[in-house]
Amino acid sequence: MSGVRVLVGTSKGAFLLTADGHRERWQVSGPLFGGWEIYHVAGSPADPDRLFASQSNGWFGQVVQRSDDGGTTWEPAGNDFAYEGDPGTHLYYDGSSRPWTFARVWHLLPSAEDPDTVLAGVEDAALFRTVDGGRSWSELTGLRTHASASSWAPGAGGLCLHTIVPWPDDPARMLVAISAAGVLATEDGGSTWKPANTGLRSEFMPEPEAEVGHCVHKLVRHPSRPDVVFMQKHWDVMRSDDGGMSWREISGDLPTDFGFAIEVHAHEPDTVYVVPITSDEQHYPPDGRLRVYRSRSGGDEWEPLTDGLPQSDCYVNVLRDAMAVDSMDPCGVYVGTTGGQVYVSPDGGDHWTPIVRDLPRVLSVEVQTLP
Amino acid sequence: MSAQEAGAAPEDTVSIRIVVPQQLRTLARVTGDVVVEVATPVTVGAVIDALEVAHPALAGTIRDRDTGRRRAMIRIYADGQDYSDAWTDTELPAPVVEGREPLRLVGAIAGG
Repeated sequence: MSGVRVLVGTSKGAFLLTADGHRERWQVSGPLFGGWEIYHVAGSPADPDRLFASQSNGWFGQVVQRSDDGGTTWEPAGNDFAYEGDPGTHLYYDGSSRPWTFARVWHLLPSAEDPDTVLAGVEDAALFRTVDGGRSWSELTGLRTHASASSWAPGAGGLCLHTIVPWPDDPARMLVAISAAGVLATEDGGSTWKPANTGLRSEFMPEPEAEVGHCVHKLVRHPSRPDVVFMQKHWDVMRSDDGGMSWREISGDLPTDFGFAIEVHAHEPDTVYVVPITSDEQHYPPDGRLRVYRSRSGGDEWEPLTDGLPQSDCYVNVLRDAMAVDSMDPCGVYVGTTGGQVYVSPDGGDHWTPIVRDLPRVLSVEVQTLP
Repeated sequence: MSAQEAGAAPEDTVSIRIVVPQQLRTLARVTGDVVVEVATPVTVGAVIDALEVAHPALAGTIRDRDTGRRRAMIRIYADGQDYSDAWTDTELPAPVVEGREPLRLVGAIAGG
């Protein structure tokens, strides 16, 4: 029987959670890289035994780890993320200009075709690529040198490129999301980019509908319908039907439209999941109740999913990369919290159970569906 | 023909013992102190050069790859003195050069 491997990045190491297709009995291994912040762990679709982990901390900087055996053994790969040329400046919180400075890798996106090719979204915001399995990394400079880049400013977590969304049938086309610049789109493999924020409105900016500067928290899409993209923005849940060229709000009847994570069902392109969070000042669920909300209509109408999730005295957060789906049937949904719980729903969100309860702060959750 | 016979100057080297933070030991897959051979005169910079050659996984973790500057939260002590900002011009003290004391790489205290 096929199974799943859940790749969990936490503030103090990585954990691998494995189960068969029932997703009821779990084996937990870890911590890997104990004591380090693991912003993201990702598996190669082309070779599920090839895993990459972004390991960093404030003392020793960035390491990219690689496994070729499904996470049993790991080797440090390259950690040389050098901006090309004069890196220029971006805005800081106080409005001053600061030079671009590499801090860490937020997000790793292994190629669907080639296990040696990976894109990395980093802080300060830029896009890097390796074609040799992580040993060397080259910047796709067109993004950081975009004409608007000197006006980008960090979100609370830093000026980070946290989301990379390539078109499945055309890898030269992709969207990236940067906090707080917004969405940028390329159609030539990353040489040139244009802002893709039409329809977004952000009250924290002097011009709320400006071309750039929006705090986009996460993008997701179903591979069968690549031009439909869902967004959790700082405030507002949004949808694009034209590949990011324009956006409309689909927050509908959500109790709050602030949040970080957003996912789409593996087999139902109009089934979307979000985890509403009270506000930008109160990073916990409304009323102390952890509720995942599901829309089966591509937005606007949402239902709370609560069975098995804590419904009192719960004040955890779910960060932008901490929700994932598997591609089993029925589709499994996974949520990791800043309180160290990882919940699974093996039935598309109807029923939830904790896989683990007491990990460090969960930064990211990815799922591999194994043959 | 030896290098000396060929006219090259003989290079004196000494063994330097380094105390490495636990997380870097794990990364470099070593246990205990790390010993590297360093040409005299021995400076912090020369020791870190040798450490990175012996353990490439540590490149970038102690000093910035681009600028060569010490990472802000790394401190470097030798024989009870702070050498964190004396990388290239100052020879390390005799107890370290003679192998009686280690060079200590320390993660700066942060948090409670």
